[in-house]
This record gives sequence, structure tokens and C-alpha cells, in this order.
Amino acid sequence: MAVLELTNISKHFGAIQAVNDVSFVLEAGQVVGLMGDNGAGKSTLVKMIAGNFRPSHGTMHMDGQELALHRPVEARQHGIEIVHQDLALCNNLTAAANVFLGRELRRGVGPLKVLDYKAMYRRAGEIFKELKSETRPRDLVKQMSGGQRQAVAIARTMLSEAKIVLMDEPTAAISVRQVAEVLNLIRHLRDRGIAVVLISHRMPDVFSVADRVIVMRRGRKVADKPIEASSPEEVTGLITGAIEQV
Amino acid sequence: MTITLDQTIKQKQQNWLAAVLGSQTFWILLSVILACIFLSFATDSFATTKNLYNITRNVTFVAIIALGMTIVIITGGIDLSVGSVLCLCSMVLAVVMHAGYSIEVGIAASIGTALVIGAFNGVLIAYLGFPPFVVTLGMLSIARSLAMVASNNTVVFQFGPDHDKLLALGGGAWFFGIANPVLYMIVLALLTGFVLRWTRFGRYVFAMGGNEHAATLTGVPVQRIKVVVYMISALSAGVAGIIQTGWLGAVTTNIGAGMELQVIAATVIGGANLAGGVGTAFGALIGAALIEVIRNSLGLLGINAFWQGTFIGGAIVLAVLFDRIRNLRQSE
Repeated sequence: MAVLELTNISKHFGAIQAVNDVSFVLEAGQVVGLMGDNGAGKSTLVKMIAGNFRPSHGTMHMDGQELALHRPVEARQHGIEIVHQDLALCNNLTAAANVFLGRELRRGVGPLKVLDYKAMYRRAGEIFKELKSETRPRDLVKQMSGGQRQAVAIARTMLSEAKIVLMDEPTAAISVRQVAEVLNLIRHLRDRGIAVVLISHRMPDVFSVADRVIVMRRGRKVADKPIEASSPEEVTGLITGAIEQV
Repeated sequence: MTITLDQTIKQKQQNWLAAVLGSQTFWILLSVILACIFLSFATDSFATTKNLYNITRNVTFVAIIALGMTIVIITGGIDLSVGSVLCLCSMVLAVVMHAGYSIEVGIAASIGTALVIGAFNGVLIAYLGFPPFVVTLGMLSIARSLAMVASNNTVVFQFGPDHDKLLALGGGAWFFGIANPVLYMIVLALLTGFVLRWTRFGRYVFAMGGNEHAATLTGVPVQRIKVVVYMISALSAGVAGIIQTGWLGAVTTNIGAGMELQVIAATVIGGANLAGGVGTAFGALIGAALIEVIRNSLGLLGINAFWQGTFIGGAIVLAVLFDRIRNLRQSE
């Protein structure tokens, strides 16, 4: 089932053509590996889906409805969540506070509302349990390992019924053991029927977790095929330009 | 015994005792108490009703502004203009009341001035991206100059028809003989503590200080909150100015000169981190108290007043040294 459909999307910043006429479809419960060299347009493309940028040309449709996003908050309301490359965590706050940042649970009546610590700790604990991550909601993020920090960032996407989760280089800066943890988290999201877009430089990660691979080069989509039908060698060739298009 | 995932997630990392012993505020509080005990025995004049009344009242002006400053510092900002804003707000109150208006009008004008100045600082910092240091340094100069313009650089000591009301507001003791300013300070501290811990606004203040970029990405209205934060800081200076005017019974254009440094010192001694993300309302009070106890005790012990700066400066360095040692131990 198609969740999001991009049709002829382009984005230019002044004279620079960052994304050029890209179309693709995201399916529910599918992990798409989005690959390409630095400056290939991956991040720009994802930022348009997340509402950070507006496309210069082209349209996006979500569940058949046209989607025009002006701000990241609107993307979130439509069920599009993003895990930022730097995770966007506040080190001085607890795991639960980070999970709920910008969407705090409150209790009380009328304008007199106070933070509902208990409910936030409980809900965050439930999510970590579901993610099978040993992360304590009351711990400060600054004391956490790379894998736990990833879990906190991913837990954010599970607060509401997300349809699409965009992940920008989630395995770039963590240890080998933690990479396995994060890949498990991604499989977990997929099993919940969420469409996952995984931006990554790491070939083994994409080939172990993705169902489909999209390769971009210089703003254009040069490949879009099932992972079984491709190979790391082919993708490398596509990224570098040794193979023109498939 | 195997530990299940459930148990791990439910486990609390440290108990409250460890949290208390690990906080800078606790150790500063302890040193304030020890200093008071020492002074009670070392001098005859410290533990007298009159001296304690004096100390508690003197603490309040710095402490009230330190509450506002703490919020600013938690966001990672700084407000250097508070001393001058205190002066300007006192002067607006004095001039308006001297002109024959009631105390209500005077206070409204004074609070209004504070809010406008805070909003001006905040908008420049939040929306135009000025460094807080520069904007508030400029305001330090502007506000004091405006106070001179408003009063033609004279001393105002007659406050029109509501003269006595104003003096009672600042100089009275309506509740069990506790000086009024102390009551205001306690109420404001409780309010600040509540806002920081229990409201979404307070949570956002801490988030901005921890990682402003992350706060923006997660949908925190960073710019709006910055404006409000600088308005609160100016407001706290305005409130302190009104109370101080009532207590002193006169306003000159040099009140509050250099006060910003005392206020910042109080917040830092009380555990706020100038890099942002850390600070408490209670800490601000304790920091202000320590500074006042140092000043008071030097006088009572007969130590030359020129040493004051050395002791207060030493307290700042010691307080932060404690924090550094703790961090060094953690990072090893």
C-alpha cells in the first residue's frame, strides 16, 4: 500500500539544483535505503518530506491527498517523523523528557496545567520496553551510550501513530555492537507497518535491513530497485557514476 | 539472579540522598549554615534580631533579581542590564508618584517599563540573533542614562500623596515581624521554582540551555520563549527596584550600579551554569545569602572592607571548582 507518493520533485537553492525531478513511492512496512555521495541530494529530499524545505517543483501525495508542508510540526501531524543525524537530544534532560520534548504530557484543569512526570516516565518506559532497549526513562541523556541515545531518538517517533519514519545516518557515529541494536530498532518499526527511509553511507547496514534501495547522484534518482536485485558493487558504481543508470 | 528488561527500565539511577550530596547548592547551603554558626560564637553582634533582620532584608534585592537571572542563565543567555533596569524602574516609579499620581499608577508604569525593556532585549536576541552579552551591555548603558533623563539626575525622596503607602510596602513588616521584602522574595522564589519544575515553559527553558538546535527541531517555540525569558529578567529587576525604593525612601541615579555582577555571582555560586541547562531558584537564594553573609561577617569580624571583593570572588571560584572536580571525576 502506498503511503507517500513523490511526483517530479525538484528543489533548487538559487542556481544550485539540489534535487532534480525525483519521483518515488513509499510503501507501508517497507524499509527503503536511500544512498548517494555527499551532496547527492539525499538530505534535501528528506528535509522536504519532513517539512523543513518546500519543493520548488512537483507534488507529494499522502494516502491520495495532496500534501503541502510549511513547517516540521505539520509533517509530524501527518504522521511523518524524523530522526535527525545528530539525534537532537538535550544532554541535561532525562530520557523521558527528551522523548516528550515539544509534546509534553500535562495534567490539571483549564489553564492550570502541570507536567505529568509519572505518565511520561511510564509511557517512555513502555516504549523502551517495546524497543527492547535497556534505557531507563529517568536517566540523564548525557550518561547514555550511543545505542541508548539512538533508542531515545527513535522512541520519539513512536509517541504517535507514525506512518513514515525518516532516519538520517542513524549508524554513522556508534560502535559495531550498537549498530546491530539500531538495525533491530529499524526492523521493529517496519514490523509495525511503518514506512522507513534510511539514509546511510554504510553499505552493509542498507543491505541487511532495507527492502529496497534508491540511489541518488547529483540530484537525480539513478536507481530504485528491490534489494535482492541489486548488489553492493552495483550500488557503489551508481553512487560514483561508474554505472550511469539502471 | 537475572535482571529482566522490565527491572532495568524501572530502576532509578540514584537515590535522593546521592542527588542531594551531589548538588552544589547543598554544599553552599551547608557553608552558609556553618558560617552563621561560627559567627554566632565568634561575635556578639551576629545572632542579634537586628542584624539577622538586616541580613535577610539585604539579601532580598539581589536574590529577587537572581531568580530572573537564573532563568536567563539556564537558557544559556546572560542579562547585564538588570542593575540599570532596577535604577530606571525605581526612577519611573519615583517620578510618576512625585508628579502626584497614585501608587498603583506608579507601579504600573514601573512594571510596564520593565516589560518593554525586557521585550526589546528579547526581540533583538531571539529574532535578530544578537549576542545577549552585547544587547544587554547596551541596555546597561541606555537604561541608566534614561533614568538620568527622567529625573534630570536629581534625588527623588517625595512620592506624592501615596508616599507612606510606598514606604510601608518596602520598609514594613506585615507578617510575624519578617521584613516585607523577605516575604516577596520567598513568594517569588516559590513561584520560580514551580515554573521551572512543573510547567512546560520551564521544561523548554532547560531544553534550550541543553541544546538549542534540538529544541528548535523538536518544535519548541525557542524564539518566543527567549523573549519571555528576558522579559522575566527585566521584570524581576523592576520588582526589586519598586521594593528597594519603598525601603530606601529615596531614589538616586546610581542605585543598582554594579549590581548585575553581584546577581550573576549569586546565581553561579548557587549552582547555575553559565553554559546553560543547569540552575535552580533555591540555588539563587542560597548564592545571594552566601554573598551577604560574607559581606556582613567581614564587617562584624573587623576585617577591612577592602577585602570584601577578594572573599566574594574566592567564593565564586570555589563554588565552580567544586563543580569542575565533580565533572572531572565523571569524565574519567
